[in-house]
Amino acid sequence: MKTETHSRLIRRYTPPERANHWLTAITFILLAFSGLALFHPSMFWFTQFFGGPVWTRILHPYIGVVMFLSFAGLALKFWHHNLISRNDVEWLKRISDVIRNREDRLPEVDRYNAGQKLLFWTMIATIPTLLITGIIIWRPWFAGYFPIDLIRIAVLLHAVCAFVMISGIIVHIYAAIWIRGTVGAMVRGTVSRAWASKHHPGWYKRILQDGDKS
Amino acid sequence: MSLQSLDITRRSATTTPPPQQRQQQEVAKLIDVTKCIGCKACQSACQEWNDLREEVGINEGSYQNPHDLTENSWTLMRFAEHEQNGTLEWLIRKDGCMHCADPGCLKACPSPGAIIQYSNGIVDFQEEHCIGCGYCVAGCPFDVPRISKKDSKAYKCTLCSDRVSVGLEPACIKACPTQALVFGSKEDMIDHANDRIADLKERGFDQAGLYDPAGVGGTHVMYVLHHADQPQLYNDLPKEPTISPTVGLWKGVLKPLATAAMLFTALAGFFHYVTIGPNDAEDNEEDHPA
Repeated sequence: MKTETHSRLIRRYTPPERANHWLTAITFILLAFSGLALFHPSMFWFTQFFGGPVWTRILHPYIGVVMFLSFAGLALKFWHHNLISRNDVEWLKRISDVIRNREDRLPEVDRYNAGQKLLFWTMIATIPTLLITGIIIWRPWFAGYFPIDLIRIAVLLHAVCAFVMISGIIVHIYAAIWIRGTVGAMVRGTVSRAWASKHHPGWYKRILQDGDKS
Repeated sequence: MSLQSLDITRRSATTTPPPQQRQQQEVAKLIDVTKCIGCKACQSACQEWNDLREEVGINEGSYQNPHDLTENSWTLMRFAEHEQNGTLEWLIRKDGCMHCADPGCLKACPSPGAIIQYSNGIVDFQEEHCIGCGYCVAGCPFDVPRISKKDSKAYKCTLCSDRVSVGLEPACIKACPTQALVFGSKEDMIDHANDRIADLKERGFDQAGLYDPAGVGGTHVMYVLHHADQPQLYNDLPKEPTISPTVGLWKGVLKPLATAAMLFTALAGFFHYVTIGPNDAEDNEEDHPA
């Protein structure tokens, strides 16, 4: 893409990648709200977004299956960008510099920084666990086939994984707001050269060398 | 139930006190298994009063019918044949909701008001608020609630809360021909049980005793057992029932802490933004023009 090499913007995500991300995001939001509604009574009123409490219970697991499949697409596409490197360990040790926007003190970041990679692996751990435990407690279809002790473990694990996942996504959403210019990567697919060289210099160098192949 | 109650001790998924101005005496059903003849009059009376009918089943080599509690059979005579020292004992136990003082079903229920506990000790399901999630099944230490295949609501013994509230005894009590079932204040029932236990001990049942398990805070359905040291002989009546520790962790620890932690995470983001502020690459570009 010669034209883009000379323009101010660099492509970071293709249209299918963006669609895949947003399908996962939309199903996540629906799952988080319907799940939290049944987790703590202070959020029970979220059931109103889904047509009432019974509909919330009915819809949640089906949406969950859609999110799992959608996330599987993201995982297959992006896992190889998320392998942990030595620089990542160093980056995590300097997390206080990260939080204070002192990027000049950080090791060179490639396509993803250690925080993004950690989020990726957190999702890899929690989403399949949520699917499996969710099936075990899914009424009326599957729960009846499992022993009660397993259901009790599943219901606890489901809540723990959901808590870890929701907390992780809150950080993910905030990071996109905090690091200006990030939202465009997932909405229009592009980032500025300044954004790339500041936040992902390793990736930016490769782009300059290889053209627009990320 | 549309009649208003002012005597609600606990209400599921509710964090403020339910209407509890009126206090009632704690009641209890006492099931003396040593007097039970297995006639199932209690089972029939339960279906008759509650206007439910069990499907006609098949015989599986025991008098037990149906084979398990169902959404239509809220009480069930369970028959066990126990051989000991060359003698056969036919141990018959009327199973059903124990109406725990600390009900695991209520603790697990996510739907406000779907399960309530009255000050007289009765734990009652309010099916119109039930969402069919089955958490009560996971919460119950006695495997009592059943989810209906017809409407996905949970059903179980009400201890005839409708009869008790107007001064009647539960239907099963009224039907019992041997007075193996008695009903009254919990205090009176414990006294009555102690008389029975003393009598049984005199007649050689050294281990006779009352089943009112402390692990669930005591129950409002109690048993007199000849083998109180081995309740599991009576079709697996649990010896020391408690709300499962996983349910305790889930509802007692994780529920409040995780809710607070998620809120804290979101607030931390907000305060990071208004103190340290956003990270803008374009500022950088102005400092060092390319």
